[in-house]
Amino acid sequence: MNGIGLEMILATAMLVSLNFYALAGGADFGGGVWDLLARGARAKQQRRLIAQAIAPIWEANHVWLILVIVILFTAFPPAFAAISTALHIPITLMLIGIVLRGSAFIFRSYTPNDDTAERRWSRLFEIASLVTPILLGVIVGAIASGRIQIKEGMVTNGFLRSWLAPFPVAVGCFALALFAFLAAVYLTLETRDTLLQEDFRLRALMSALLVAILALVVYLLAEEGAPSIRHHLAGSSWTWPLQGLTAFAATVAIIALWKRRYPLARICAVAQVSLILWGWGLAQSPYLVEPDINILNAAAPPSVMRLLLLALILGGVLLLPSFFYLYRIFKSRPD
Amino acid sequence: MDNLFAARSQMAMSLGFHIVFAALGIGMPLLMVLAEWRWLRTGDELYLILAKRWAKGTAILFAVGAVSGTVLSFELGLLWPHFMGWAGALIGMPFSLEGFAFFTEAIFLGIYLYGWRRVSGRAHLASGVLVALSGAASGIFVVIANAWMNTPTGFRLMDGIPHDIDPIAAIFNPSAFPQAIHMMVAAYAACGFAVAGVHALMLLRRPENLFHRRALQIALAVGGVAAILQPLSGDVLAQAVARYQPVKLAALEGQFKTERAAPARIGGWPDIDAQETRHAIEIPYGLSLLAFHDPQATVRGLDSFPRHNWPPIPVVHVAFQIMVASGMVLIVVTLWGAYLAWRRRSFENLRWFLRTVVLAAPLGFIAIETGWVVTEVGRQPWIISGVMRTSEAVTPMPGLVVPFITFTLLYVFLTVIVIWLMRSQVMESPRIEVQSQ
Repeated sequence: MNGIGLEMILATAMLVSLNFYALAGGADFGGGVWDLLARGARAKQQRRLIAQAIAPIWEANHVWLILVIVILFTAFPPAFAAISTALHIPITLMLIGIVLRGSAFIFRSYTPNDDTAERRWSRLFEIASLVTPILLGVIVGAIASGRIQIKEGMVTNGFLRSWLAPFPVAVGCFALALFAFLAAVYLTLETRDTLLQEDFRLRALMSALLVAILALVVYLLAEEGAPSIRHHLAGSSWTWPLQGLTAFAATVAIIALWKRRYPLARICAVAQVSLILWGWGLAQSPYLVEPDINILNAAAPPSVMRLLLLALILGGVLLLPSFFYLYRIFKSRPD
Repeated sequence: MDNLFAARSQMAMSLGFHIVFAALGIGMPLLMVLAEWRWLRTGDELYLILAKRWAKGTAILFAVGAVSGTVLSFELGLLWPHFMGWAGALIGMPFSLEGFAFFTEAIFLGIYLYGWRRVSGRAHLASGVLVALSGAASGIFVVIANAWMNTPTGFRLMDGIPHDIDPIAAIFNPSAFPQAIHMMVAAYAACGFAVAGVHALMLLRRPENLFHRRALQIALAVGGVAAILQPLSGDVLAQAVARYQPVKLAALEGQFKTERAAPARIGGWPDIDAQETRHAIEIPYGLSLLAFHDPQATVRGLDSFPRHNWPPIPVVHVAFQIMVASGMVLIVVTLWGAYLAWRRRSFENLRWFLRTVVLAAPLGFIAIETGWVVTEVGRQPWIISGVMRTSEAVTPMPGLVVPFITFTLLYVFLTVIVIWLMRSQVMESPRIEVQSQ
């Protein structure tokens, strides 16, 4: 296996992990958003359904993020150093969100029979679930923008300018909308209660609309905010099939939701979110941080890359059946 | 507070917080699995209640450990980007393996906690065993990464840049095995005694409660076995430190002068200006014996190292003394308990013994915290021993005192809540009163 192949394979593995994180961990954040927005006669049942859906799996889902970070700092250490230097502030804020979301959720689960405490933990869980995905999106948007400028370990562009800008913030809102959409679609399959299904069907349809609007906003802002990515998205040969496929998945998801074909809607929602991520990945490839750091000049030595790949393969062999078992136990038949 | 000190404080605080939850995350699953196994063997429902109760505690502690561990994995880059840029490839492997261990732990903990009615009894117990094993594995991998910072191997240094990187040699650095085994045993000892202390306290209040008696027996057995084994792993680690980190050994012993047949010092205060450790009880030949298994061995003192490479001597020396003393007390408590058990006296009735166990409850964690001070502060001023100074690794980000204070407040808040939850949800006696006949 030649050197270039290894770098591309590991960068791909990183994106695969991020994709799993978005589909699994992202939807857990989306669940928190719907907890916040629980309304109507069945607000209590909605919250209970969300809690039941998240409880057994959120910690395992969260580990995908750790895997992304570990692959980044093992395979591309200078990129990790640059990103965590320049984006110190949004990353720190995101970590606070992660800590509060997880703790508040578990504290709420273990304070039964105490309505006041439960309400307080719920509020904290909901707000953290709302803010954390925005920050995650802001970080991704800043990385994509090409505005992180690092020279010899020093940030030359300030600690705010790279992420506190319209484009990263729009990506943050887009990420939140995507996660909320995923969660609503998944939740239609978590219950047999048709009224609850209707609640989340309506929420899924509304968030699908929001996703479409924000996708347009992000695309328009990219002109100014992430010119290089925008250039690739607009001009590459792969882009129109990919974007066409994304639009197709999005449309079928909406039609399937409309016709209450929930399993089909879930497949399409998963495809849509994944295709958006891969579109970003392709448009940014081979850069990890534009314009200075790419997967070649940031790569660890081949000895490390080979061993890491081996570990990922062996880990995957252990992990995927375990995940399959976990999801089969908790997700195969709604109560 | 200057930026470097703020960064070090934030790292120390984050690690000091996380290590408690990490150690409990290693020990608690073992306790809960043992209780479930006893239930399956004896059919005694009390063990089932106990397993569920300990699982509840594990769930809360694991969640806080998981999120604070996530913070640490990012903080490596947020606070020490130059270190991670330089060494990421070298210490990335153990962290990757840790990632998979953490995955396994989270997946099977989910099954264990929420799958009581969804999987067979055997599958449930097996899930618990996997949680306990993967928890231990993830602890071992993280400690291996830290061990590399103490004794870096697997590369050749040229112009300040690592060449010929061999990630396997980095994993099997000379401190890896001694440090990992010492930390694992410490985790079981600390967790066992902390849990035993809680149940001993409840037994003092309700002497006849069978639930707390069973809990105390299991927790003391786990904590006691670990406490008795700990000096062995300590001996292995001491020899590794003596050989590969002589300046750390000199600091933790307060050994200023290079000498043959060096004594071991108990207590005392290292006086930097006078270059001697005052008021210590000296055991002749002790240090030479402990460090090199040879009473006549020469121990290098601090005088053989340039002053700018010394760690903060008093901090390291005092922390080491506290660690050893805490471990010794736990051994004495264990021997007392073993003696009572051997004489077939039920120690659950002996109020003095129970009181001692309550007082000993925090000692395992005090030993863990001070042990980390020894290994981390004892490595200063280096972040990678002899290769990169901590001051070279720190981020250029200004105002680090702000995240330090923020995370400190956040963790204080979490600590208060966790203690309150443990008291209200985990420690209370089961609703159904169970009395001995």
